[in-house]
Amino acid sequence: MGKPKLPPRVFDLLAGLLAFGLIVFLAETSREWMAPLSALQAAPVALDPATLPHDAARTTLRMLAALALSLVFTFTYGTVAAKSRRAERLLIPLLDILQSVPILGFVSVTVVFFMSLAPGRVLGAELAAIFAIFTSQAWNMAFSFYQSLHTVPAELREAAASFRLSPWMRFWRLEVPFAMPQLVWNMMMSMSGGWFFVVAAEAISVGNTQVTLPGVGSYIAAAVAQRDLAAVGWAIAAMLVVILIYDQLLFRPLVAWADGLRFEQETGVPPARSWVLVILRRSRMVSAVLAAAGALWRRTYRIGPFAAAGTRAARASRWGDLVWNASLVLAAGLALWQVVRFALAGVTPSEVATAFLLGLATFARVALLIALASLIWVPVGVWVGLRPQLARAIQPLAQFLAAFPANVLFPLAVSAIVAWRLDPDVWLSPLMILGTQWYILFNVIAGAAAIPSELRHAAANFHVGGWLWWRRVALPAVFPYYVTGAITAAGGSWNASIVAEVATWGETRLQAHGLGAYIARATEAGDFHRIVLGIAVMSLFVVTINRAFWRPLYRRAERRYILG
Amino acid sequence: MNTQTATAARAAAVGAEPLLEIRGLRRSFRKPDGGELRVLDGVDMTVVEGEIVGLLGRSGSGKSTLLRLIAGLEQPSAGTIRYLGQPVTGPAPGIAMVFQTFALFPWLTVLENVQLGLEALGLPDDEIRRRALAAIDLIGLDGFESAYPRELSGGMRQRVGFARALVVHPNLLLMDEPFSALDVLTAETLRTDFLDLWGEGQLPIKSAILVTHNIEEAVLMCHRVLVFSHQPGRIVAEVKVDLPHPRDHADPLFREVVDRLYVALTERPARAAARPEHFPGTGIGTILPRVETNLLAGLLEALAAPPYSGKADLPVLAGALHIDVDRLFPVAETLEMLRFVELEGGDIRLTEAGRRFAEAGLDERKKLFAQHLLAYVPLAGHIRRVLDERASHTAPRSRFLDELEDHMTEKAAEQTLDAVTSWGRYAEVFAYDDHAQRFSLENPT
Repeated sequence: MGKPKLPPRVFDLLAGLLAFGLIVFLAETSREWMAPLSALQAAPVALDPATLPHDAARTTLRMLAALALSLVFTFTYGTVAAKSRRAERLLIPLLDILQSVPILGFVSVTVVFFMSLAPGRVLGAELAAIFAIFTSQAWNMAFSFYQSLHTVPAELREAAASFRLSPWMRFWRLEVPFAMPQLVWNMMMSMSGGWFFVVAAEAISVGNTQVTLPGVGSYIAAAVAQRDLAAVGWAIAAMLVVILIYDQLLFRPLVAWADGLRFEQETGVPPARSWVLVILRRSRMVSAVLAAAGALWRRTYRIGPFAAAGTRAARASRWGDLVWNASLVLAAGLALWQVVRFALAGVTPSEVATAFLLGLATFARVALLIALASLIWVPVGVWVGLRPQLARAIQPLAQFLAAFPANVLFPLAVSAIVAWRLDPDVWLSPLMILGTQWYILFNVIAGAAAIPSELRHAAANFHVGGWLWWRRVALPAVFPYYVTGAITAAGGSWNASIVAEVATWGETRLQAHGLGAYIARATEAGDFHRIVLGIAVMSLFVVTINRAFWRPLYRRAERRYILG
Repeated sequence: MNTQTATAARAAAVGAEPLLEIRGLRRSFRKPDGGELRVLDGVDMTVVEGEIVGLLGRSGSGKSTLLRLIAGLEQPSAGTIRYLGQPVTGPAPGIAMVFQTFALFPWLTVLENVQLGLEALGLPDDEIRRRALAAIDLIGLDGFESAYPRELSGGMRQRVGFARALVVHPNLLLMDEPFSALDVLTAETLRTDFLDLWGEGQLPIKSAILVTHNIEEAVLMCHRVLVFSHQPGRIVAEVKVDLPHPRDHADPLFREVVDRLYVALTERPARAAARPEHFPGTGIGTILPRVETNLLAGLLEALAAPPYSGKADLPVLAGALHIDVDRLFPVAETLEMLRFVELEGGDIRLTEAGRRFAEAGLDERKKLFAQHLLAYVPLAGHIRRVLDERASHTAPRSRFLDELEDHMTEKAAEQTLDAVTSWGRYAEVFAYDDHAQRFSLENPT
């Protein structure tokens, strides 16, 4: 590094400040959590921008808690799914469904449970909100971890076995570090997904009472209800700052750190840099604390149940498998029966048909938007990806944009639609893809950057240009990457439809015709039969499209367009 | 084979109980049709204190599998492995392994990688550190303690691999082609360093087993070499190397041992035991190696040209062409299967057809190759017959793959079908469309 070298003491001081700030912040917020609920109801949300830093801090902590919870879930659920063949058969399809199901509708059900955990305290409502955010973060993290566990290189597994690492030690020494780079990316994706739901999660209704937790989300909701455009602007600014802080203090250091764990020894991509990580690494105090913590952690490799040497997986018994599979099928059948019975008890068959029609409307919207976004972002992505310097400059910016919750911009869009009397069926649609289109751009940039320079030189040498170049060189080369991005974008858009197909601005209420609006309306009305019906239909749509369209496309892309 | 009596006598002479004793070892996989595919069969071997034993064979001879069985990473289908008299049921303390591709943990520094095995043993922190530093010092990694594997060259990485294995003071060191991923010069340096330390008695090990397909490496390093047949892997010969260290590649005695090993490797048990189903090219169930037609033609041309003029000594030819034995044998055997050459006792001789091929132009070569392919490679003939018989003259790849999987593992079936596909394409006896995964008779014109 070309910068002047500072003495380690300076880094100690900086690191100490960072740690101290974190502790004060945690203490302050947890004190508020233990306050009685009545205090919350007594103080309605004020639109004074001065309250925003506090609100933002509360929201930040909520997100952080949910992220920590998701991590714990990931390490347990993902591990069990990867280690036990039988559990895998249940857990992975379940995860697949959970990933594509809009959880938002279920939040109101869980609230009662969490409120009962800490009766009369803010803590209960906080837990409910955290759980709601958790449900938007956990699945893709667990899935990524599970997939990483399956791709741990055989040689490393053999090395770990031959040096007789216990399962506990193997987990921390081999499996977690191997999965980390991918997991950090998924955490970032989860985080932007979480922002999307934070607005909905901070306003909780229990029976007839409405609990509004202080936070950026509830601030925006209040600003929208009071048609205060300036307040919305302040909230957006606060959000930008929070995301910037998150990016700089948490994710950038994590990405830079995880880069060092990469298994592929040469990636060609320049390693990520983070000033926070540099401070932490240079500080003697931090390294002393880390060394002590490390030694303490290593001690766990030796104690009691953790030290037991790896036991061999028992030989699969066919009868056991048979019984297990049979009970799985039975349980799935029962669950399906329950869902169908419950949903049909409250709605007529014609209602089911309506839900399907609305699903088709949302499907048409998603398909059209993905096509449009592809038309725009594929050429842009290829253009950027082929210019490494530009790509390096744009990457942090694009990451930042992806983390920005698009629904914060909804009020602006809605007021525009109202002002110009536009058709909501058309003009609410772009909101669905506002936050998810970036995945297409990201992946196409990565794909274009990965085109071997020989191929590009060969194309230039044979004067392959214009449309021929796109058809024969660029598009096939980025295709597998594009498909990966488009799958994520499409899935995200379905989820976003619940938030995007209904938008309010003060008293004005805009609605598009679609399944998302249907679920949103049912949630508002507390009509559980319709919520279940809507969610079931949406899940059916998403799962069917994934199986029938995206997966075959992905397999084809893998087979045809990946060299070697 | 008097392997057993010989090693028993050696053990008696040393007066020690054998470090490792393997009896009637078999490793097999279940085939889809219910039969079993034997990777290793009837393996007996003994390792006593103070020797380096080489396991020499070609890829697919099960020698790496044997090493993994000894390491306790896989379980045998039949037979016993005893280490210091105790049956091996999982990774045993006192047996450590060096891997072909190093298998270093990229997120750990050199020091942390070396410490890993000691941490697993649950030793106190200061002892872990002391022993790790000693091992690093011994293996010549001083100054690299805090480096990450990605910062090191291949040779240095493998040194870490050695240090990591040695630091646990294993009685038995297992080496799985530890030098094959390195360039020639680096490999030679590492071998010499290892042998020096071994000679000086500085290595904290009692014995070692080296898996290799490099004949010279086996002769350079081992006290005795066990030669493996393939499909299934059996020990077909034991060659003692009674040369003093340091050994010299150019020494006539050294060359003589190399020659004996070449002969042992070309000697097929199929011939000796007259088991027709294992004679190459006699059934569609034969596993075929992926050998490029370019290499086939190249070897025939080299053989036909002076100084060989039709007949050559395999080790000499391999040396002159700079081909590793592991690559040379599949080529030679494929040519033999196609009746273009004859192999006998380490020699390779051009047949009449082989000579004609070498002298012909491209079109005639293809014609000749097509004739021999259809006549002597039953799978090729089979595919052609199926295509001729069908009205559409096309057939899906899966049809043949399923058929092959009755005789071999899925991987071997794919390799075999890929091999025949590439030969068939060269000979233009059938065409194959990878997108559609279909064979057909029409070549694009």
